Amino acid sequence: MSRRSRLSLFGVSAAGLTALLLWGIAGLPDFGHYRGPYGYALNAVAPTERHVTNVVTATTFDYRGFDTLGEAFILFAAALGVALLLREERAESHSLDHGVRSDAVKLVGLALLPVLLVLGLQVVAHGFITPGGGFQGGVVLASAFALVWLAGRYRAFRRLTPTPAVDFAKGVGAGGYAVVGVVALLLGTSYLQNFGPLGTAGTLASGGSIVLLNLATALEVSAAFVLIFTEYVEELALVPRETRL
Amino acid sequence: MSYLPYALAVWLFVVGLYGVVTSRHLIHLTVCLMVMQSSSYVLLLSIGYVDRGTAPIFADVPKGTRAVDPVVQALTLTDVVVSVAVAALLLAVAMQVRRRHGSADPEQLSAVKG
Amino acid sequence: MIPLQAMVIGLVAAAGLAVVLTRDLVRLALMSSVFGLLLVVLFLVLQAPDVALSELVVGAVGFPFVIAVAIALDRSA
Repeated sequence: MSRRSRLSLFGVSAAGLTALLLWGIAGLPDFGHYRGPYGYALNAVAPTERHVTNVVTATTFDYRGFDTLGEAFILFAAALGVALLLREERAESHSLDHGVRSDAVKLVGLALLPVLLVLGLQVVAHGFITPGGGFQGGVVLASAFALVWLAGRYRAFRRLTPTPAVDFAKGVGAGGYAVVGVVALLLGTSYLQNFGPLGTAGTLASGGSIVLLNLATALEVSAAFVLIFTEYVEELALVPRETRL
Repeated sequence: MSYLPYALAVWLFVVGLYGVVTSRHLIHLTVCLMVMQSSSYVLLLSIGYVDRGTAPIFADVPKGTRAVDPVVQALTLTDVVVSVAVAALLLAVAMQVRRRHGSADPEQLSAVKG
Repeated sequence: MIPLQAMVIGLVAAAGLAVVLTRDLVRLALMSSVFGLLLVVLFLVLQAPDVALSELVVGAVGFPFVIAVAIALDRSA
């Protein structure tokens, strides 16, 4: 089939798809007139039941914790796929990356590195009080590691992120999430049910098992992103065993 | 006027699909796929919106203030982070294809070779 | 629906179209970052700060990093 006939076929079917989608959204409730009872019920109940003020984090890690387990394992599998595709034996000594030469960039990077680390930890820790949580803070932590390469040298970046440690952290994070659910089973309640002292809302000591799930997710997300960054940077910076095409 | 966000979701989906079908480079294809993904985020968040509602975080507003739906936000925020990892996987595939076959054009990659 | 939301929705639609129509890869990396930033504004206007924070960190660090390295490898190969 030539490209032209393929495109005209696509045009016809896209018109049909658009008509179908527009007919579908015409049946939705008006924008702003949310009908479902689940949202209103959660907003009314979650702060008093779980003693957390961020209802979105309570939903992610407690009320819909099982969905987040699935998402954590999607992330695990995607990072695993990147490692499988791109990881190969390379001569470590032949690094093509000579590092950033500009002193200004190095200075700004060095100054920003502790700020990013502290910010990442703060976003993770206060996830159930203010907007934040394991997912957001994990990416910020991974970007702190990426800054070492961006404003510095490849070798420094590699020394900070040894492959066995990153793999281990990712496994512990993903497995830790599942294990916390099993602990809830062992305590006599259902899988991923909230356990532990609930504490006072608005402080760091609240939420029960939400804290543990938050930490496990932050560990896993940061390790997965560091792994992805490492594999990509290695493609650029190292010479492979056989020469590139 | 009240269906504008839903129309945005449909627009992003169809435009992204057009980009995927007529793409000439695998990296461009991945970015168009991300545009299609963002249409689902827009649809989810617009369904959960409540008129004159605030964010569902009760740290500084009293409990019982009118707030938007937290469930769709929980679903969307995990999805945003995971989609980047999936995009990284797709781009790794694109890089390997470029290396093995010399071209990243979907038009020229039609045959399955052994 | 307040006018701010309508305006941001229009901007996001225009940015989505621009991303699809960009063929040059370096410009595509920039346009996808702009699209991510406009999505952050849209999520904020729809009262979703958690989602906006996710999209912000991902669109500022995660996605541009990965795209830039892919483009650099595409050029050198």
